[in-house]
Amino acid sequence: MIEFKAIYVIWLREIKRFIRAKSRVIGMIVMPLLFLIGLGYSFNSLVHLSGNVNYFDFLVPGIVGMSLLFTSINNGASIIWDKQFGFLKEIMVTPNSRISIALGKIIGGASTALIQGVLVVIIGVLLGFSLSVTAVTLVFLVFMLLIAITFISLGLAIGSFMSDFQGFGIVMQFVAFPLFFISGALVPVTTLPTVLKYVAYLNPLTYGVDGLRATLLGTSTFGIGLDLTAMLISSIIMVFVCAWAFTKGNTT
Amino acid sequence: MNQFNQNNKITFDIEVDSLVKKFKEFIAVNGVSFKVNSGEIFGLLGPNGAGKTTTIKMLTTLIEPTSGKARVANYDIKNNKSNVRKNIGIVFQDPSLDDKLTGKENLIFHGMLYNLENKLMLKRISEVLKLVELEDKANILVENYSGGMKRRLEIARGLMHQPKVIFLDEPTVGLDPQTRRKIWDYIIELNKKHKTTIILTTHYIEEADFLCNRVAFVDHGKIVALDTPEKLKNKMGGDIISLKIDFPTNKDIFTKIKWIKNVKIINDVIELTVDDGEKKMLDVLDIAKKNNIKVNSVNLRKPSLEDVFIKITGKGIREETGSFKDKMRMIHGRIR
Ligand SMILES: Nc1ncnc2c1ncn2[C@@H]1O[C@H](COP(=O)(O)OP(=O)(O)OP(=O)(O)O)[C@@H](O)[C@H]1O
Ligand SMILES: [Mg+2]
Repeated sequence: MIEFKAIYVIWLREIKRFIRAKSRVIGMIVMPLLFLIGLGYSFNSLVHLSGNVNYFDFLVPGIVGMSLLFTSINNGASIIWDKQFGFLKEIMVTPNSRISIALGKIIGGASTALIQGVLVVIIGVLLGFSLSVTAVTLVFLVFMLLIAITFISLGLAIGSFMSDFQGFGIVMQFVAFPLFFISGALVPVTTLPTVLKYVAYLNPLTYGVDGLRATLLGTSTFGIGLDLTAMLISSIIMVFVCAWAFTKGNTT
Repeated sequence: MNQFNQNNKITFDIEVDSLVKKFKEFIAVNGVSFKVNSGEIFGLLGPNGAGKTTTIKMLTTLIEPTSGKARVANYDIKNNKSNVRKNIGIVFQDPSLDDKLTGKENLIFHGMLYNLENKLMLKRISEVLKLVELEDKANILVENYSGGMKRRLEIARGLMHQPKVIFLDEPTVGLDPQTRRKIWDYIIELNKKHKTTIILTTHYIEEADFLCNRVAFVDHGKIVALDTPEKLKNKMGGDIISLKIDFPTNKDIFTKIKWIKNVKIINDVIELTVDDGEKKMLDVLDIAKKNNIKVNSVNLRKPSLEDVFIKITGKGIREETGSFKDKMRMIHGRIR
């Protein structure tokens, strides 16, 4: 059922493509940078949060979450490219289980998303983020991984049902942006209007970002335990959704 | 499961029974049935949009049939996809390479997805790269390949894991004659040496004629004829004499002669089907003279699969390319 060689080689392909697309790396860094400087610096003196957290510090984990969200959905939806260039049928006609193929794509995409997430953390630190170094700091990598897995799977699942890139713009507008805005990435979830608050509670990114805050900044709304549990559950569910979409979707 | 092995000498690697594929209302494949023997080279011939690729996509588990049944390598294409996939290889009609990888990387990717053992994989890779003469380009990105080079790489990849059944969807389209010839030889060698069953689609009549043990003509999603190339050509019942004339003429002049089996007039060309063409050519010219038909050029040929196809369906296999005009140009060349 699980073919490790297939997972490995599909992962390897993602990594090679990532390394070869240098412009993508630059593009990936520009958006978080703009948010951190444009939003973080200018709102820092305006916004006062409860506790003694300044807005810039609050924002950095949110922007890390944002860049993970967008890269991951993008990585997942890259399956539409594979479809358009005909490469997907070369993969789908091989005797590997659909779950292995999906896992290869997920792990490959997650690896590159992780690299980007770490880069954004480094940029944040360079811009003055007060990283709290504690026993759980490194757990932020786990959160990054789970965020990536959740949203790559989502991108893949949606991408398996689409055949061109017109649909992809719609996904970004109607899926990625709402997920981002209603997640507590920009403002604390607790300050959202009631309806949006409940929506946010259903959004995995909310717990992902909260977990990143817990590990990188040392403050959180839900606590690291709940965050981790929620992210684990969402990752597992989304991997299965993705595997299902792979067998049901239009993958040729 | 393996009924045929027990009861018959012949075993089939492909059995297709009333396969249908609809896209919304449009019927792309309309009840196709055929069997391909183990170790056979089988051809699907037909014009654009006949449903060849759609048939192949169903047999290779890439799309679900709307109805009908099929078995490939003795496994059901609906219920046993994974075993079907283990036993097949395919060269797609449309591009299917990753052009951000090098040629060799594309082959390694393929080899690993088919779980080839590392040493064997590298051996096969150098073999197939040699076959398609891409050794010196192996390590550059596929995006820098020419169209023909990409095609050759796709063929190399499809043959690399040496499956039991190979599907070739217009394998040699866009290749120069020498390369095409080399690929043909390799296909035959593969078929002889490993008893590989091969099913191919093509627009090249010579390709089907040269390679295939049996050929099925496909038109509008249906098989309209199926036999060995020899038998199909014999259906034409004789040789074809074509006359190029100045003015359109009356068909009756020729149809009333009883040893002329078939008369076809297309613009300024008359095609006559006769037995023993070499001898009858003079008689034909006589008749033309007697009827004051000025003959500009004359040509005798054995019927090709294309002629048979035209006879059965009323149109050519490559209608849009004006193959008929091309043929007449060749005839002229030969006579002068
Ligand atoms: N996914 C699809 N959706 C709708 N129609 C399709 C689809 N795939 C194929 N068709 C239609 O089905 C018909 C058969 O197509 P197919 O590709 O099987 O033809 P073909 O015999 O391979 O032709 P060619 O020689 O040009 O390759 C065509 O009319 C085509 O437009
Ligand atoms: Mg085709």
